[in-house]
Amino acid sequence: MKEYLELFTSFFRVGIMTFGGGMAMLPMLQAEIVDKKGWATEDELLNYFAVGQCTPGIIAVNTATFIGYKRKKVLGGAVTTLGVVSPSIIIIMLVAAFLGNISQYPVVQHALWGIRVAACALILSSIIKLYQSGVKNVFGMVMFLLAILVTGVFGISSVFMVIFAIIAGNVYRYFKDRKGDTQ
Amino acid sequence: MTFLYLFLEFFKSGLFAIGGGMATIPFLYEIAKNYDWYTTSELVDMIAISESTPGPVGVNMATFAGYLAGGVPGSILATLSLVLPSYIIIIIIARMLDAFQKNKYVKNAFDGLRPTVVGLLTVASFAIVKVSFLKEEVKEIEKLLVAIDWKAVVLFAILFGAVVKWKKHPIVYIGAGAVAGILLNMQF
Repeated sequence: MKEYLELFTSFFRVGIMTFGGGMAMLPMLQAEIVDKKGWATEDELLNYFAVGQCTPGIIAVNTATFIGYKRKKVLGGAVTTLGVVSPSIIIIMLVAAFLGNISQYPVVQHALWGIRVAACALILSSIIKLYQSGVKNVFGMVMFLLAILVTGVFGISSVFMVIFAIIAGNVYRYFKDRKGDTQ
Repeated sequence: MTFLYLFLEFFKSGLFAIGGGMATIPFLYEIAKNYDWYTTSELVDMIAISESTPGPVGVNMATFAGYLAGGVPGSILATLSLVLPSYIIIIIIARMLDAFQKNKYVKNAFDGLRPTVVGLLTVASFAIVKVSFLKEEVKEIEKLLVAIDWKAVVLFAILFGAVVKWKKHPIVYIGAGAVAGILLNMQF
């Protein structure tokens, strides 16, 4: 019971501290799930994001389900998913019932301007951490740069890049093994 | 009946919206046209509010739409319907990963995927960088320097330095950003 409560509160915190979309959630997941609780490693987060790239749904919810399932199976997944969406339900209901369109107030706009800039700084530091854990050799470097070139510069769908990476990972290992190299 | 339609519509957007919160907007637009739950101009407000409150944008918008359609029960139902498809799909994938994680082809695939995903996330972060550092859309490269919000760039440099140096919890920097934003831009 205690672990379910911990799963719920950790993801409740991730939900309440995320402003904006998927990317803004990355620093929160690293802080709460990787650093504080040790429920997943940076590598596992990358695996979950990889799956999230080609499945429907919100990346935050997908990652929550993955980690909940890893800890406590089907029920754990339900608890983390509920945890990550609960702050939205509570806050949006309060805003809708009492406050109206809060985004029109200058003070809110100015605060959001600063929050976005802070989110950029946090995301950059998150990506550096993920790079250190995910890109380990020349092959990794090539895949990293190729992903940026293909989706960022040429605007080709990331689903294509994901399929290509699955094939490339296997082809690379095949040639490595043939050379009799263990690493 | 409203609740049945709420469930079906949001289950559908949860199932077909691939690529994050903003991908649900076309579905919400369809709903505005087909039902009298909210108007398209209310939808514009909903998007703005969802971006300015905590929580994933896609979830916020579903909660909001559900609230307008059916009050408190409507908002809970819409949100749960939105996340149900991805919950089911991820549980299935997580079980398969459990079964196949020792499989060498799956392992090799993830060895290729991890560096690729770091690249994809880098590209995805350009979107927030663009809205944070540019005051307007830039069409020609010569206009880039004029469009850059230098105040934001300076604040970014300070905050990034602080993140690297002190490694405090991210919420500290989010709070600092909000306060700095108000102090730097408010006309007192």
